[in-house]
Amino acid sequence: MNDPPGASEKHRDRGRTADRAAIRRRRVRTGLRLAVLTVIGLGFLLPLIWAVCASLKPLDQVYVFPPQFLPNPPQWDNYRQVLDPRVARLPFLRFILNTTVITVSAVVGTVLTGSMAGYALARLSWRTRGFWFIVLLATMMLPGQVLLIPHFLIYKNLGWVNTYKPLIVPSWLGGGAFFVFLFRQFFKTIPRDLEEAALIDGAGRWQIYWRLMLPLAKPAVATVAALSFVAHWQEFMGPLIYLSDLERYPVSLGLRMFQNIGGSWTNLLMAASLVSLLPVAILFLFAQRYFVRGLLLTGTKG
Amino acid sequence: MIPDRPQPGRRWQGWADRHAGWIFAAPWLIGVVVLMLLSMAASVVLSMVEWDGVALSGMRWVGLEHYRHILSLNPETADKDFRIALYNTLIYAVFAVPLGLAGSLALAMLLDSTLRGIGLFRTVYYLPHVLGGVATILIWRWIFHPDFGLINAALRDAYDGIAAVGFAQARTWPVPGWLYSPTWSKPALFLMSLWGAGGAMLVFLAALQNVPEHLYEAARIDGAGRWRCFRHVTLPQISPALFFNLVMGIIGTLQIFNQAYLLESGGQRKSLLFYVVYLYRRAFEHYEMGYASALAWVLFVIIMVLTAVVLLTGRYWVHYEGER
Repeated sequence: MNDPPGASEKHRDRGRTADRAAIRRRRVRTGLRLAVLTVIGLGFLLPLIWAVCASLKPLDQVYVFPPQFLPNPPQWDNYRQVLDPRVARLPFLRFILNTTVITVSAVVGTVLTGSMAGYALARLSWRTRGFWFIVLLATMMLPGQVLLIPHFLIYKNLGWVNTYKPLIVPSWLGGGAFFVFLFRQFFKTIPRDLEEAALIDGAGRWQIYWRLMLPLAKPAVATVAALSFVAHWQEFMGPLIYLSDLERYPVSLGLRMFQNIGGSWTNLLMAASLVSLLPVAILFLFAQRYFVRGLLLTGTKG
Repeated sequence: MIPDRPQPGRRWQGWADRHAGWIFAAPWLIGVVVLMLLSMAASVVLSMVEWDGVALSGMRWVGLEHYRHILSLNPETADKDFRIALYNTLIYAVFAVPLGLAGSLALAMLLDSTLRGIGLFRTVYYLPHVLGGVATILIWRWIFHPDFGLINAALRDAYDGIAAVGFAQARTWPVPGWLYSPTWSKPALFLMSLWGAGGAMLVFLAALQNVPEHLYEAARIDGAGRWRCFRHVTLPQISPALFFNLVMGIIGTLQIFNQAYLLESGGQRKSLLFYVVYLYRRAFEHYEMGYASALAWVLFVIIMVLTAVVLLTGRYWVHYEGER
């Protein structure tokens, strides 16, 4: 059976135009999606861009009506005025240093004691382990407010008010149920034979943990370090309750102080805010996948 | 073979290895016992006393009096500020949670694509979720400034645009006072919370990427359009993520503190007096440790009840693969 001449060609032609239409439709859809993505992306960045612009304006350009977007010309000196201890209205560099001290001490404690507890819950057999694991799960759900006042009273009676101890010591006691849980989940995924081989070779438990398990758990360590870094860098309520000495303020309290005493220096306030965001932003850009991993571990297993 | 002579160091190591579980867990166990279990017990007792937290001799037993006062239905004796704070917090949650869920799901669907460079968009959308704390709140405060802020500047431009196309009275429309107005202060917080929707968005995105393609194909063959695909394939498939984000959203919004505490100003008339802010004031500005502890337990019960309701209803709408 032969098709009349030209029929198959016609078919092919129709097929081609249909393909072309489909491709065009797909292109339009892709373009549309890209446009929407871009507009929303700019929307997400706009608050930060607006803050950067404000931080570079001289004060008289900040309070101009109607508001201008771009600084003209950019006054980079604002950042010097915030950071230089000789001209700054508040010891801002000092605040950043304080925050660094608190954050680094807390992160080291969380990674160390949190991973130890996670290892004990995942791999070591000891009596009542099952009970403590249930306690861990229960405390993950506990809203912190019921502990706020007892903690304050404990630290007050220990004479720890107006020191960094209330902000750091809890991190050396496991650093929070969520991090212990995260470590436990990760250690569970490491094959047992490695550990058994090390045991046969005569390694002690501490050696196994320190030389073998912790290096193998690098992704979990990075995730916990990143998440706890951000949490401590930005912590506000703890310092608000425990610290009263301006010299000891972390950057979160310093910014609030700045707003209260120099609220109309908006350009400097924006510069200070952005400087304090910078470490977190840089960490995020380099360690994004660890943030995502931590989030998804809770989100999909929860 | 000659057995090793026991050495003091070895004996210690043997002991340590036998009790390794306790030793490794020790720091965390101390934390759990002192900072969790004992503290919770202390908090229960504290909620039944009147105390400024200074000297033990000043402590007075009042039993359930604080709870009676907090939960009193009599408007004469009720704690008025508690009611305002509870109302504000619940209203905030009722709007912010669904808004956040819808927003983050929409963003996740937009990002669920194989476009080149999609990773860049994901980074940008997620970044604000990571940047939190005082600095971003102060930035938003400036954005919301009624006269010099970005949002009202954009609104005024939009009004001018409307006026330019012949709707002249647009020029006289008012702009919101945002943080200086009792009506607009909460919507301002909604906007801020949407800016940080990136966390829930990523949870949704991971769930969307796990929906098997063949389910969509089967639905399409059955003649399902886009909406029905979404309603009958996507939604059931991502319902565990929805469930997770809903629970986290409820817990998070009920405990909101930083924004409300930092963005207070005259003119809001207590519209940003949220539960934890009120609790903080009673505890650390009025030194009523007992009353504040009772407030904390009431919040605890509210959160637990709402979470339990979601958990129980979850049986009817959360779909887990491999379990029908």
